[in-house]
Amino acid sequence: MPPPSTSIPTAGADAFAAAGVPSDAPAGDGCRPAARAGLLLVCGALTLVLLASVVVAIGLGPAVVTPAQTARHLWAALTGGRVGADEVTTYQIIWQIRTPRVLLAALVGAGLSAVGVAIQAMVRNALADPFVLGVSSGASVGAVAVTVTGGLAALGIYAVSTGAFAGALAASLLVHAASATRGALSPLRLVLTGVAMSLGFQAVMSLIVYFAPDSEATSMVLYWTMGSFGAATWGALPVVAVVVVGGVVALHRQGRVMDVLALGDETAASLGVGPDRHRRRLLVLVSLVTGVMVAVSGAIAFVGLVMPHVVRMLAGATHARVLAVAPLAGAVFMVWVDLAARTVVAPRELPLGVITALVGVPVFIALMRRKGYTFGGR
Amino acid sequence: MELKLDGLCVVTDGRSLVRDLSLKVLTGQVVGLVGPNGSGKSTALRCVYRALRPSSGTIWVGDRDLARLPLRHSARTIAATTQDGAVDFDFTVEEVVALGRAPHLRGNQALGARERALCVSAMERLDIGHLAHRGVLTLSGGERQRVLLARALVQEPDILILDEPTNHLDVRHQVELLALLRASGLTVLVVLHDLNLAAAACDRIGVLARGSLVASGPPEDVLTAELVADVFGVTASVVPHPLTGGPQLLYSIGSSR
Repeated sequence: MPPPSTSIPTAGADAFAAAGVPSDAPAGDGCRPAARAGLLLVCGALTLVLLASVVVAIGLGPAVVTPAQTARHLWAALTGGRVGADEVTTYQIIWQIRTPRVLLAALVGAGLSAVGVAIQAMVRNALADPFVLGVSSGASVGAVAVTVTGGLAALGIYAVSTGAFAGALAASLLVHAASATRGALSPLRLVLTGVAMSLGFQAVMSLIVYFAPDSEATSMVLYWTMGSFGAATWGALPVVAVVVVGGVVALHRQGRVMDVLALGDETAASLGVGPDRHRRRLLVLVSLVTGVMVAVSGAIAFVGLVMPHVVRMLAGATHARVLAVAPLAGAVFMVWVDLAARTVVAPRELPLGVITALVGVPVFIALMRRKGYTFGGR
Repeated sequence: MELKLDGLCVVTDGRSLVRDLSLKVLTGQVVGLVGPNGSGKSTALRCVYRALRPSSGTIWVGDRDLARLPLRHSARTIAATTQDGAVDFDFTVEEVVALGRAPHLRGNQALGARERALCVSAMERLDIGHLAHRGVLTLSGGERQRVLLARALVQEPDILILDEPTNHLDVRHQVELLALLRASGLTVLVVLHDLNLAAAACDRIGVLARGSLVASGPPEDVLTAELVADVFGVTASVVPHPLTGGPQLLYSIGSSR
């Protein structure tokens, strides 16, 4: 499985070197080390770090496998090579259990970061994250409803994920319908509607759990609200991979549109970008990708809020650039977060949301306090 | 390219913001729109740069109906500086200026050498070359206003729509900006608050009051003491400019009735 973002074209990178200034010239305010030439370098380096992280993370766990051995087993799996009889258990742990899990972590990390960037541009709000439009609480309602009612039983192990995905999409549709007025889709209205709807969905979820006959629903709620990759299988991975990689590439192609939207609706119209039409298109894309991710891993908080800011601090605000770097950075981050989740208090597992917050908050505050980053205009 | 508003009406939530506005801006002319706050100036402009669809009436760009042009097409002909300047993301000045090329480029397509040179010269013309790498959020209001105008010029339009472009500018930059507009050869429709600047810079002036055009013509015909008293409720003496002979208004603070 290639890392999700190596295929992203970086042609848009030229846009910010517009003034014909040598791209390695130091930025005037000293807060943008990654200039045009640096972008490919950064992406290349991040891709290598990601590959290394994936191999290391697959090797680590209750049974420790060295990176070299891990790489050999992965190679055997990919090329159909042979594995000795004494190594079958190791091979199975690596290939059947850990590989899909680590790859899922990388995919979801990449997807959440990219979606976070897109949502913040779309609703023109630096505080927005992938779940601000009610997608995660909608997914939770769907998942819990399926668990409690035993519906969708025909889908077997995918029943809960399907329920979550349906809930996520239904939530997006509801938020869209409730916030659209006469064909216009105002950013502030979208955010406010999303926040209000989220609270409504949470109430519905609490209600279902309250009346549920068993405690399974309660643990299900915890699972969806904190996030986990514990349910990763090879079976669901291709769907997630296609949607996330496709979604990230599609979002990247909208990079300049996001730049223009970020300047305000009036300006966007004067630059030939119909704000409502493009916002609607982004909303569809973002809902789809987020829905799939929430369905397989729950709502992992913080990554989609913080990664965009961290990347912007380093790479500047141009979205084509941010959307090239953010998915890779998010993937690396999530692989390590998941590793921590399953090893720190093994054999128990920590919820991912706990770690993303514990690691992310201090890093974020430290970066934000650095001179040179103007957070959301202030 | 000629710009013609023909019977433009804008009604929002039952309120009539612009009523039957007809106005012609000949090729290469600078036409100023003046009027008290809330008289519909910005609303009329928003229709021209297509942030708003008029309730009725037609806007002609050359011999083409603006409503029938795709948004990207009209953005190659009409550039605007708007009042919604608040940006939440810290783009650099050169990044914002380069976005003026957006209607000419596909997707994330990179700027060519000619386009980069265009950006550099636009920034030089507006005296913001030294700010190229500064974040727009760190700029003063006047500097930001000049960035917006540079972006509009980079669009290479035939028609410029400017909503209070002299806002926040110091005197020198106000004068320079209007001189630049006059020298640009572009068809310009501009909302101005300063009647004296409008008189000095515009070929023709249109006066809006409560959404209707109450007067239009050359500054010396339009800017009379009676009209200013009528529309703005201010007593002013109109005197000829000592050098150009154009009308200039002198207000007497405290003695207005």
